[in-house]
Amino acid sequence: MPVRSSTGDRIRKYLSEYGLIALLLIMPVVYGIQDISDDGSLARLGNNIVDGLSNGAIWALIAMGYTLVYGIIELINFAHGEVFMIGSLVTAAWFWGVIGLTEQTAILGLIIGLLASLVVAMVTSGTLNVMIERVAYRPLRTAPKLAPLITAVGMSFILQNVGILWIGGSQEGVPELIDPQKELFTIGGVQVNQGDVLSVATTIPLVLLLTTFISQSRMGRAMRATAQDPEAARLMGINVDTTISLTFLLGGLMAGAAGLIYALYQTTIWYFQGFQAGLIAFTAAVMGGIGNLQGAVLGGFIIGIIQQISDNRIGGEWTPAIVFAYLVLIMVFRPQGLLGEETREAG
Amino acid sequence: MSTPEPTTNGRTGLQPKTDRRTLITFAIAVPALIIFATGLLGMNFLMALILGAIIGLRILFPDDRRVLVAVIVLAIGWAILLPFLHDEGGDFMNIATLILAYAVMALGLNIIVGYAGLLDLGYVAFFALGALTAGWFMSDFYANAGKGGDGIHVLVADVTQNLFGIHFNFLIVVVVAIVVTTIAGMLIGLPTLRLRGDYIAIVTLAFGEIVGRIVINGDQIHYKDVPLLGDTLTDVFGKGAVFSGGREGIGPIDKIWLFVGEPFKALDLRPWYLVALAMVLLVLFVNYRLRDSRLGRAWIALREDEVAAASMGVPLVKTKLLAYGTGAAFGGMAGVFLASRLSVVNADQFQFFFSIFILAMVILGGLGSIEGVLVGAAVLVYLNFKFIPDLNAKPREWFDLDLDLSELSSAIYGFLLVIMMVLRPEGLIPERRRKLELAEHVGAGQTAGLGDAAGQDTFEARA
Repeated sequence: MPVRSSTGDRIRKYLSEYGLIALLLIMPVVYGIQDISDDGSLARLGNNIVDGLSNGAIWALIAMGYTLVYGIIELINFAHGEVFMIGSLVTAAWFWGVIGLTEQTAILGLIIGLLASLVVAMVTSGTLNVMIERVAYRPLRTAPKLAPLITAVGMSFILQNVGILWIGGSQEGVPELIDPQKELFTIGGVQVNQGDVLSVATTIPLVLLLTTFISQSRMGRAMRATAQDPEAARLMGINVDTTISLTFLLGGLMAGAAGLIYALYQTTIWYFQGFQAGLIAFTAAVMGGIGNLQGAVLGGFIIGIIQQISDNRIGGEWTPAIVFAYLVLIMVFRPQGLLGEETREAG
Repeated sequence: MSTPEPTTNGRTGLQPKTDRRTLITFAIAVPALIIFATGLLGMNFLMALILGAIIGLRILFPDDRRVLVAVIVLAIGWAILLPFLHDEGGDFMNIATLILAYAVMALGLNIIVGYAGLLDLGYVAFFALGALTAGWFMSDFYANAGKGGDGIHVLVADVTQNLFGIHFNFLIVVVVAIVVTTIAGMLIGLPTLRLRGDYIAIVTLAFGEIVGRIVINGDQIHYKDVPLLGDTLTDVFGKGAVFSGGREGIGPIDKIWLFVGEPFKALDLRPWYLVALAMVLLVLFVNYRLRDSRLGRAWIALREDEVAAASMGVPLVKTKLLAYGTGAAFGGMAGVFLASRLSVVNADQFQFFFSIFILAMVILGGLGSIEGVLVGAAVLVYLNFKFIPDLNAKPREWFDLDLDLSELSSAIYGFLLVIMMVLRPEGLIPERRRKLELAEHVGAGQTAGLGDAAGQDTFEARA
């Protein structure tokens, strides 16, 4: 390290370190002050944050898939959002009909049915993600870097059209199985709904399971080794292809779970939900520091809150522009994200 | 002419290439081209034969400069003659004009992606800005503009003279659009300067979406609310001026007028075609000249290995920004042309799909390959604007399917991208240099790709 640094360097260092955090705090702080001066309480902001957290749980699950795959083969799995969409469709458009889940189903049947749906969604999305890797990415592992990214875009388009063929081009309503907008309790003017609890309560165990698996299990260790250096991992007797497939499987499992939660929470599904969700979740993964699982979860929740505040205060039609503006700003100020290190992480 | 006889006096060794590969290419490409042109596009048979002969010459004599000059002269003459042998308002002319307009954009994107290796997934932003510029300066959108609300008119036809709104001549608007999009391209380029390949893709995508969003919601942006500049903007654009027409779009846009006679007519496509052809020729000239210039070689060096290029003295920032700027300018040019041709600026068009449509042209033809990109544009415009609508109009019982095929067209592009990348990543007509690279890669079987090695290092070097 140089002993003396110029003022410009110091400013750049502070911007890189705190610029993103300051950027993230702008919206909540500004609207918080506005709330206090208007209503004298922070209830509205609190409600935004609660809604944001439950949306953010979905983004967090998807973002983990991006981060896992990026960590191991440095590819932005562009089709990941569509894997999530298929997860939604397979349960909401088909599985609930098959096992006969409706609003009238009794509570025990509902719980069993939803657990079964969760398994179906996760397995479908996981398998799909593994297949995508097999067909579109593996043949290109030695090709120039742009090639798999372009096939990823292609796969994403193909899957969207599978969605259109399946349920048509418009948004479809699904049964409100858990009545997501029903109030559960209220603390200090902040209302917590059933959907909020469901979404966070499903996400947190899954995140814990995944992180434990990756940090504790033998296969998780193989994944981390492959991420660090595929060649060396191969020499140590790790089957790199299987490990990469496993990574896609895990990412797909999370996306499937997110798909189910999305269908329950939003009670509509459509073929285009994956595109937006994919970009938002990617932003979340980058915000947290790509390759970093905890970062992806943190980023998911933060993006969820930003999105909710923007929906509520500025107007939903501007939300995508605001989220993408954040993406660009992160890239400018702190491409390594909040929790990422300044080098290439995890790979 | 249809035989590959030596066309000149054959002084020294004008020998056609007769190895098996070339002959197979010749035997497949020329008949395929003639069948495609006559059978599917509806081109005049004689013209298709001549086109086949020109392409055949190019295939058989890939290296001879004299043949190349002859091919270029013949091709330009052929292209100028083409509209006069076809129905002036017919389907063929419509498709031909669209092919040329989209080829301008595909060649622009080719500079960014093909030459400089910067994967741009937000090219629609430049098309949108070009079209929007036409909307601003070639329609009655700013109906209260000008002194007393009479409008502003610069070098326009007599019939346009009395209309409300701002009306500039097409050529002026093209220049304005080029300036606007070049600046936009460089602005979009700025945040990507220190990023690696796939991050660039996402940031450009985000920019494309942001621009699309702003255009769609532009009817909420009132100029009078703009801080500091509000009054000035209102003075210039008139009372109640907004940024864009929102979802309703802007229209009608003035037809092109080139200082003589009447403005172009919607049903006589010959002048439109010729203007588009002039644009393509200009863009082709720029493409070829740039490719072999110092700047073009800098782009290719950048694509191959950013670190090596930088240490050899290639100025990274300038080179990258110029790639974005140049590519963007072509997008803006085509945007103005298409807005005028279609007489409307439709904001719903400015979506990610459009960027992929253009990208698919470049990928299909071959990244960096000028001839390939032209072929890619022709094939995809035909697919999108003729084949799929035609197929859709066929009786449903043919397929026994109740679905709207036009909804599924994006699947075709998705499929095309995957298939091309897996089976023939160098494209239909590969750029020679890239072909060699890919062959080398397969041979070496190393894990790091070209863009990869470069990008990775910069990512680390930045730390």
